[in-house]
Amino acid sequence: MVAAEGVDTIFGFPGGAVIDLYDELARTDIRHILARHEQGAVHAADGYARVSGKVGVCLVTSGPGATNTVTGIASAYCDSIPLVVFTGQVPSHLIGNDAFQEVDIVGITRPCTKHNYLVSRVEDLAQTVREAFYLARSGRPGPVLVDLPKDVVKAVTTFKETSEKPFIRSYNPTYEPNVKQLKKVVRALVDAKRPMIFAGGGIILSKASADLTKLARRLSIPVTTSLMGLGAFPGTDPLSLGMLGMHGTYRANMSTAHCDLMLGIGVRFDDRVTGKTDTFAAQAKIIHVDIDPTSIRKNVPVWLPVVGDCRVTLEKLNALLDEEDLSEVPARREKWLAQVDEWRRAMRLAYNQKDIIKPQYVVERLHALTHGDAIISTEVGQNQMWAAQYYKFQRPNQFLTSGGLGVMGYGLPAAIGAQVAAPDRLVVDIAGDGSIQMNIQELATAVQYRLPVKVAILNNGYLGMVRQWQELFYDKRYCETCMEHAPDFVKLAEAYGALGLRATRPEEVDGVIQKALAHPGPVMMDFRVEREESVYPMVPAGAPITEMLLV
Amino acid sequence: MPDERHILSLLVENKPGVLSRIAGLFSGRGFNIESLCVAETLDAGISRLTLVTKANEAVLEQIFKQLNKLVDIIKVTDFTDVPAVTREMVLIKVSAKPENRAEILRIVDIFRCKVVDVSSEHYTVEVTGDQGKMAAILDLLRPMGIKEIARTGINALSRETKGRNGGR
Repeated sequence: MVAAEGVDTIFGFPGGAVIDLYDELARTDIRHILARHEQGAVHAADGYARVSGKVGVCLVTSGPGATNTVTGIASAYCDSIPLVVFTGQVPSHLIGNDAFQEVDIVGITRPCTKHNYLVSRVEDLAQTVREAFYLARSGRPGPVLVDLPKDVVKAVTTFKETSEKPFIRSYNPTYEPNVKQLKKVVRALVDAKRPMIFAGGGIILSKASADLTKLARRLSIPVTTSLMGLGAFPGTDPLSLGMLGMHGTYRANMSTAHCDLMLGIGVRFDDRVTGKTDTFAAQAKIIHVDIDPTSIRKNVPVWLPVVGDCRVTLEKLNALLDEEDLSEVPARREKWLAQVDEWRRAMRLAYNQKDIIKPQYVVERLHALTHGDAIISTEVGQNQMWAAQYYKFQRPNQFLTSGGLGVMGYGLPAAIGAQVAAPDRLVVDIAGDGSIQMNIQELATAVQYRLPVKVAILNNGYLGMVRQWQELFYDKRYCETCMEHAPDFVKLAEAYGALGLRATRPEEVDGVIQKALAHPGPVMMDFRVEREESVYPMVPAGAPITEMLLV
Repeated sequence: MPDERHILSLLVENKPGVLSRIAGLFSGRGFNIESLCVAETLDAGISRLTLVTKANEAVLEQIFKQLNKLVDIIKVTDFTDVPAVTREMVLIKVSAKPENRAEILRIVDIFRCKVVDVSSEHYTVEVTGDQGKMAAILDLLRPMGIKEIARTGINALSRETKGRNGGR
């Protein structure tokens, strides 16, 4: 039945309540990846979903198995990643009895799933599974949880395969945008003197990257992206502004403050992007395109709302633009693009590489030595921001990060999921020494399944991002952010059966990366970097995004 | 933007957990619920839920959109913009000392409500009406000694049925 939804891979961890399911699973062609912790299984399914474009599937047991998935589910919910998570449940007659390994996981995950189900009759199972997959992948995607009492999965029923789309009377996402609105959008885009596009994860999820690039180039509109939107627009394109927001580029944040029109598409104007909302794009009329109406006017006032799928909307905009005379557009943009270029030259992302390895240098060398073509996952914190700033992403689904929830420990399992989905691609997890320890056990999974993921630890011996805040806003009181003791990552990698490498001097960086890339199995690289390096630019939380601290 | 009171009428799937989804949405996002009234419609698979909230325009827009986003919610109507009948029922247990009994019955008569339970100590009065009527009778009965009350919260129906929701 799950196979009927096109599933060929499941990430999971067995237990008493799902032992029957596992027994059955062994008799199918479905591949099962045994994680070392249920959180790892969900993040792996998340990484798998992003790279494969399919729904990620996870199977865990009841109680602690189920609660361990919550962080992974919440992360996927924030980032709109399609997952179906099957959790075991105690037998129906014990539900509510505080039975062994019982927890009300449907209650617990209600606010962090797109929808969830407790299946109470085996006759409902097939329909529920179909609905779960349909909900997960349609509209604004997201995780769906299906709780399966042991007696329900033990029962036998007949299953009729059907390719019909399940009908849910109360669920009908709007893919087609309103044409009248689109005509207004076209007018505004053509006429604007200082327009910019702010693209997000919605572009990647709806596979609208090519349409976006076409639109931006024909109208000469600079494009900034959110963290989740990195790769939606080629990072090396002259029109690319890089990322905006708290750690955005100078030119992206300055453009935001000075533009007269902003097309926000597949974004949700998160607080890490807008800073102080009153001053965000204060001179601009904002057009907001999103498939989820709740995203529109949630955080910022919107001049022209468009509810629709990003790809469908961009296709239609491009079709409408085919009928427009665009010959005067380049002249109209000249002054604006010159200004953007001036900002670009005034303040580039920069660091000064001397005797101690700079973390940014490691990311830049990774970019160079992987030809900008690796799939990059990150943990959360400084490592994530340096990866976002210094690896120039060329295509969608190349950058996997826990954007909304910000989960430390996301990167390694997500890299594993990505590698399962794309066995021939190079997958690198850019990590910090703090984050990596949150799910380091998954290295065993990588070794067991011969998944040659490369982990690059930017090891500064601190919980670096919090330390940076303490340095800037708490008079350098480094309370509990110093990781005084850490394992020897090289020996640890070896203990897991992976290759461990270390670089302590700048001239060793290239050699370590090359050795790692040449190694056929999983590798953990320990880069001893400048301990108190900070991520710049930085906008203090709640400040206008033009108030950047620049090194 | 000032907060205004809104009566929302929701048609929802009559399934376990639906109320919890709605209540959780309101508490999780800091929306306000003043009253809530719910029971099944003519179609046993669908319940009508009448909810009173106080919100400014921007928050109300979010409430609307977030409710519509819940998979089990079929339809949301704001009765602020629609001509609607709104009623509430309250049961009032009022102390009925011999010297007050006649006065209580007179008030009950004037307000066209009824005494539904009598004991040696008290009357229980059933009042149905709009909120002004509730406030008025509670004010009049308070001096006699109200022991406890139970209110249903506002229940509402639009004056005209339109479209496919007719008959529910």
